[in-house]
Amino acid sequence: MRYLDEYRDAGAARALAAQIRAMTTRSWTLMEICGGQTHTIVKYALEEMLPDSLRLVHGPGCPVCVTPLEIIDRAIAIASRPGVIFTSFGDMLRVPGSTRDLLSVKAEHGSVRIVYSPLDAVRIARENPSKQVVFFAVGFETTAPPNAMAVAQARRLALTNFSILCSHVLVPPAMRAILSSPSNRVQGFLAAGHVCTVMGYEEYLPIADEYRVPIVVTGFEPLDILQGIAMTVRQLEASTVEVENQYTRSVRREGNPAARRLLEEVFEVTDRKWRGIGTIPASGYRLREEFAAFDAERVHAVETIEAQESPLCIAGQVLQGVKRPHDCPAFGRECTPEHPLGAPMVSSEGACAAYYHFASHAS
Amino acid sequence: MTDRVPGVEFSSLTCPIPHTEYPHVLMAHGGGGRLTQQLIEKMFVPQFDNRALASLHDGATLELKGMRLAFSTDSYVIQPIFFPGGDIGSLAVHGTVNDLAMCGARPLVISAGFIIEEGLPMEDLWRIVQSMQAAASAAGVSVATGDTKVVDRGKGDKIFINTSGIGLIREGVEIDPRRARPGDRIIASGSIADHGIAILSRREGLEFETELESDSAPLGGLVEAMLDVCPDIHVLRDPTRGGVASALNEIAAQARLGIVLDESALLVREEVRGACELLGLDPLYVANEGKLLAIVSEGDAHGVLRVMRAHPLGREAAIIGAVTEEHPGSVLLKTRLGGKRVVDMLSGEQLPRIC
Repeated sequence: MRYLDEYRDAGAARALAAQIRAMTTRSWTLMEICGGQTHTIVKYALEEMLPDSLRLVHGPGCPVCVTPLEIIDRAIAIASRPGVIFTSFGDMLRVPGSTRDLLSVKAEHGSVRIVYSPLDAVRIARENPSKQVVFFAVGFETTAPPNAMAVAQARRLALTNFSILCSHVLVPPAMRAILSSPSNRVQGFLAAGHVCTVMGYEEYLPIADEYRVPIVVTGFEPLDILQGIAMTVRQLEASTVEVENQYTRSVRREGNPAARRLLEEVFEVTDRKWRGIGTIPASGYRLREEFAAFDAERVHAVETIEAQESPLCIAGQVLQGVKRPHDCPAFGRECTPEHPLGAPMVSSEGACAAYYHFASHAS
Repeated sequence: MTDRVPGVEFSSLTCPIPHTEYPHVLMAHGGGGRLTQQLIEKMFVPQFDNRALASLHDGATLELKGMRLAFSTDSYVIQPIFFPGGDIGSLAVHGTVNDLAMCGARPLVISAGFIIEEGLPMEDLWRIVQSMQAAASAAGVSVATGDTKVVDRGKGDKIFINTSGIGLIREGVEIDPRRARPGDRIIASGSIADHGIAILSRREGLEFETELESDSAPLGGLVEAMLDVCPDIHVLRDPTRGGVASALNEIAAQARLGIVLDESALLVREEVRGACELLGLDPLYVANEGKLLAIVSEGDAHGVLRVMRAHPLGREAAIIGAVTEEHPGSVLLKTRLGGKRVVDMLSGEQLPRIC
């Protein structure tokens, strides 16, 4: 397939891996931010090609994983109400809440639908004027623009039965949180290419500077990731600290100005709780006051929710790169994709699920 | 204290699937993955326990006065009921005759049970019935008995069809997943994931330069040709719901052997790959309705491959992997880049990823 096969070429991958091996003289720990990158690394068994002294840790960039339990419980409470059609991307449905998941709500009450785009949820709202349609708006800067677009469109259409349950999170504050942690071991970052496609990469310059850490904006195909690793290792070996762009076919320094304007219009930055990490200041989006009518938290008020995480799950440490999935005593035993204890075992982008499904049989 | 009901084993009154986990049936229980397997193994098999059921093949093998019969049943609840490359009627015929063919049997007769939702246009029903008859003639079977029920509007989804079929197993043929041997070759009859993606793209309104068609087709003729040159085929399986990955995982588990697939040998059509990329799906888990997987000895592999390629439904047949003594019970994929990864059984429905 054009524009894909080129980035999965076995010969080119071997050549890049050889380059990385040749230039690596010390041990380095890199973090890939995005769950999509983790998925590629494990799916194509890229770690097998890298020198042992290079350690990849998987970052917090899986929207399914970091959405706090309280929000999942809130989603389940709203979806259980009569007269509500709850819409969501597919993999959010299997995330365990405190007592059950959205798939179970679907089995009991029916009105939970998988959509591919928030605009589909707007269409469902137009077609079902007697129902309240709620879209589960989670994700990073990547999914935020279409969600903002859905809200803007709903307002333009003067819909009174559409709202979003918003739990957007932002990458740069999470990187700062990881780098500030006393247990941090990350020495270089592969930044998330699609987040940067929207936001650009200017906001990473002060982070690289302040924490003396190379950051390479990286794509999602095997060759992108190997090249991103090569660029990061080259900087580490040469003791340089820069923000570089590997994913030039998609990312511009300033990002996508139209999408950023839309985000600015609809959302404002807020403190946000991350599942397994805790509250990070100014790390998420919420709807601006003038869009309150489209905010499901206000339209469908839910009583205070007290969420209970499984005591076995070490998802928080996995998401911060402190531990790897199979360091967890519950991994593959109490916690499997059929019965996930924590969110990283749910989405195929989650580090635990990626390991469970794809990890080399020998390990 | 609870009184024991005479003659009933008390423990059998408790649902064997822990209530705390799934007190209700989920869509994934019908998805062909691990939850379906759990339902079958924990609820159905222990309760219905008998010799014919125990093999857990696509159909049961019955011995009757020296004849060996294959018996199979399947229900069709597909939406949309008309799709590029077929409809629910032809699919219902193909599904059951293919299950029989996968037992090494020549299909003889099938039954047809219709559950129709009130309000279905008579014209649609007529199209479906005509298409069933055409598919049955092409497959060389007759629809020998049937049943019709109509349910209230809203209580069904247009039309559900169940078909059951009986076939005669060829003399000397012994198809059984437990017959797989280390060193055996795995042959796929053509491209994978066509059916599932054709249905999904129609349902989601995706359009491609060329329209994707379901591969729905009767495989009896292809199997006959294969058995003509090699009566000693070890395993046959049509990788329908759950796709190639689920079918091979089931075989690996039953044979207690490992399977290694070669990613570069798997044929996935360009448009299908595109749709899978777009929808975040893995073609290995997507349904096929006109493809088969055959496991044969290394020595027989090329002869079987040759006749398959000479048949219209096997033109693109290829050896996609091998059976091994290593890693019993699991399926490994050699990636294009040279690494190896586990191809696990799907745990639930294949859910589209967020981004």
